[in-house]
Formats: sequence, C-alpha cells, structure tokens
Amino acid sequence: MSGTLAQERRRQVVRQSLSVAVATGAYGVSFGALSVAAGLSLLQTQALSLLLFSGGSQFAFVGVMAAGPAGAGAAIATSTLLGVRNGLYGLQVARMLGARGPRRALAAQLTIDESTAVGVGQPDTASGRLGFWVTGAGVYALWNLMTLVGAVVGDAIGDPRRYGLDAAAAAAFCALLWPRLKSVDAFAIAALACLVAVLLAPHAPAGVPVLVAAACALPAGVWRRARHDPRPPHHWPDEAEGEVP
Amino acid sequence: MSTWTAVLLASALAFLLKLLGYIVPGTWLGGDRTTRITSALPIALLAALVGVQTLTSSGGQVAVDSRAAAVGVAVIALLLRAPFIVVVVAAAAVAAGLRLLGLP
Repeated sequence: MSGTLAQERRRQVVRQSLSVAVATGAYGVSFGALSVAAGLSLLQTQALSLLLFSGGSQFAFVGVMAAGPAGAGAAIATSTLLGVRNGLYGLQVARMLGARGPRRALAAQLTIDESTAVGVGQPDTASGRLGFWVTGAGVYALWNLMTLVGAVVGDAIGDPRRYGLDAAAAAAFCALLWPRLKSVDAFAIAALACLVAVLLAPHAPAGVPVLVAAACALPAGVWRRARHDPRPPHHWPDEAEGEVP
Repeated sequence: MSTWTAVLLASALAFLLKLLGYIVPGTWLGGDRTTRITSALPIALLAALVGVQTLTSSGGQVAVDSRAAAVGVAVIALLLRAPFIVVVVAAAAVAAGLRLLGLP
C-alpha cells in the first residue's frame, strides 16, 4: 500500500479514519453497560463485541434477550436480519480491497457501516483500502475496549432501571435509526414498523413483534422508483401517471 | 437454548453474512429491488425496537412511563445533532431523574 499514496494524502485518510473510530468506539461503553443490564455475563458481552462485531445487531440481540432466555431464537433472528446489510457492504468493498484467503476473512469481519462508509467515500482505490482497514481495525479495537469498560461499570452499579439504562437502550435504537430516515418513504416504513410491533407486543412472545414488523420493509421493493428518494418540492417526473390532477 | 449458544450462533450467522458479500457474484445480491429491501430492513427493525423498548413493559403490555419522556429528550438531542453517546446518556439521565422523583 505504501508508496502508491502521497504522504500528505495518507495522513488525511488516517486522520479521518481514526476520528470515526474514536466516535464509534466511544459508544461501545453504552453497549457494554446495556448488555450486562440485559442479563448477559461480562464474558458473553465481550464475546459479542469480539465475534459478532456489528453495533446494531449487538444492541438488538441484547435488547431482545433482556426479556429472558426464551427469546433467544427471536434475538438471533433479529440480529441476523440487521446484519444482512453487511453482506451488501461486502459486495461494495470486495473489488476495491482485492483481498484473498485469510485477509479476506479479516476484511469480512471488519465490514460494518463505518469502515464501508470511509472506504467507499475515498476518491481512489489506494485511499479507499487504507480508509477501510484503518477505520475497521480502529473501531474493532476501541469498540472492544469500551465494551469491557461499559460491562465492568454496568456490572458494578446494580439495578439498571434506577440509572435509566432501559431508556438508554430505547434511545440507542433511536440514534441508530436517525441517520437512515432520509426520505418520506423511510419515515413511512419506520412509523408502520413501530406501530405494528407495539400493537403486536401484548399478543406475541418477546422478540416476535419486532420480527413481524421487519416485513414492513417489503413495500420498499415494490414502490415506484421515483418515490424512493424524494426531494422537496415533492414533484416526481411520473406523478401524472394514472393520476388526475 | 442457553445464552452462550445464542451468542455464538448469532455471531456465526453475522460473520457468514459479511463473508457472503465477498464470495457471491455481485448480480445475486445487487439487484435494484433487493437493494431497496435490504436498505429498508434496518429501518423497519430499528423502528420496531424503538417502539417496543419505549412503550411496552416486560410482559408486552403497552406502558407509557419515564422511558417515553427519555426518548423524547433523545429525539430533541438528535435534532440538535448531538453525538450518539450524548443522546444515550441524556436519555438515561432523564429516566433516572424522573424515577428519583417517584415516577414509574
């Protein structure tokens, strides 16, 4: 990798990657605390950060497990559905990275929102590779370190409700959802999924309402393309199609 | 199923999904319709989790308590572009404070 990039350019990419890693790693502390509050042991919490390593899936897994071990199946399913997007990221970065063998397995493990975003955000392949690897490795190291800190602190403070940790979990999902609400369609899907899950909650075992609500993503596949990413003022080229003004 | 089994199974599946992107030909997963559904999936799941974690009790009953106020504050923090950790800590502080005052 070295030699193909000017010194100054390398420094820029590394600086950007590390700032993303620090910001993301910092909230590993909230995952660690929430995970032990949900009833997982310190080792299980750390195993999730080391092995599963995908923020959204980890928060979802412990969120559903908080209702008790009976929800294990639903916890696995929710975490896995949230991980589907990482497969899509792999598709985007695979050619850029050109990794083979063990390096490919390592790249796969580090394929998350942040490493993909920094990698594909670079103007050339060499910077893209550097950005992906530094961000991925940086987030991995800090996320795991901060998970440990959060788990140790969470373990020490006792009753999670007293410190509002149950509300912190809800806020964490809110913050993970926020950057994805970029269009009217995204809002509609979110509102519908939220409503379905809450209405179903009293009548289904823990975790199941969230899985059923996942089906609200399906209409996105059939909606007209032009409606997908509307910008104000909301005039779509094919608006007149089949509609009387 | 033990918690450990669940942890390891979820981790294995997460890794397989990540690896899949590197192994399968781009045309399998990269279709327009598939891409739209896969990018909508996290929106539906996270919104459902927000709803359940904010408005239902451990038994599944709908319950409006300190958590709803805390999430309201979280939304305000997000509107003000606060970083993730600030949003989460603010929500925890609001819920802890309200409970200190005796609210559920």
